[in-house]
Amino acid sequence: MLKKVLPMLHISINGEAREFAAPMTLAQLLDQLQLTGKRVAIERNAEIVPKSLHASTPLADGDALEIVVAVGGG
Amino acid sequence: MNDPLLIAGREYHSRLLVGTGKYKDFTETREAVLASGAQIVTVAVRRVNIGQNANEPNLLDALPMKEFTYLPNTAGCYSADEAIRTLRLARELLDGHDLVKLEVLGDQTTLFPNMPETLKAAEVLVKDGFKVMVYCSDDPIQAKMLEDIGCVAVMPLASLIGSGMGILNPWNLKLIIEQSKVPVIVDAGVGTASDAAIAMELGCDGVLMNTAIAKANDPVLMASAMKKAIEAGREAFRAGRMPRKLYAATPSSPTTGLIGS
Repeated sequence: MLKKVLPMLHISINGEAREFAAPMTLAQLLDQLQLTGKRVAIERNAEIVPKSLHASTPLADGDALEIVVAVGGG
Repeated sequence: MNDPLLIAGREYHSRLLVGTGKYKDFTETREAVLASGAQIVTVAVRRVNIGQNANEPNLLDALPMKEFTYLPNTAGCYSADEAIRTLRLARELLDGHDLVKLEVLGDQTTLFPNMPETLKAAEVLVKDGFKVMVYCSDDPIQAKMLEDIGCVAVMPLASLIGSGMGILNPWNLKLIIEQSKVPVIVDAGVGTASDAAIAMELGCDGVLMNTAIAKANDPVLMASAMKKAIEAGREAFRAGRMPRKLYAATPSSPTTGLIGS
């Protein structure tokens, strides 16, 4: 029997290399990272992905994400 | 006394703007901000810690957005592109909030602003609909350029970020104050209450500070001192100080009616 190889997504998150099983949306990724409901902003390949599009944005192999929050600063 | 600070069409009754960095914890941050009376607080935008405890306390719980006007900054950015990206992320992060603090640094030792990159970023951000309050050098020519680009406030340094050296060039600040039609807010360098009062007596519209409060031995008490210094300085500016004279020979008590005369 042929072994089915699941396609993997190689994603860079905040500069860190991670792997996930495809397919996956941005919202599903946030869920895996336990960030659902947290106030975050996301850049995908240097373009902002608005919150309203997180659920409908599929991740692609090689995507680079920046996920940011507000922190104390002067 | 109705003497609001007007920034981008919005009135603020406090002329003290404070940063939220360098505090011991969020409780101290909140107590100091409340003692300062500040309505505008700066925040930084940073990568989320992946895998952190989801229930870890965060800044937004300590300083809810409905209580304060957030001023996201670009601290740590050394190019126009980084600063622009950071503020676009901030706008997304804060539900379309467009009042921002632009700072593009030029040197890791002094944290002196890189003015060519600051001007470049200001141009792009203003066109993109941001209301830009901009950290800048105390050069009146470049402050004017930033105002002409459409920045809603110019924020020259009094001395280097975190230095606590006070106001090193009051004359340049005075030139910027005289020429500017947008608010002039001293940003960086204030060390103690008298520095803040002097900035306001010069005619600055406000002062933005972080380290002077956060790194005082008692940050909450210093926040309260700064609030009073800003108010006192502002009132003194509006009252108009007496002229300086080497001597006047006009005592404050009557010169007639002295006994034995």
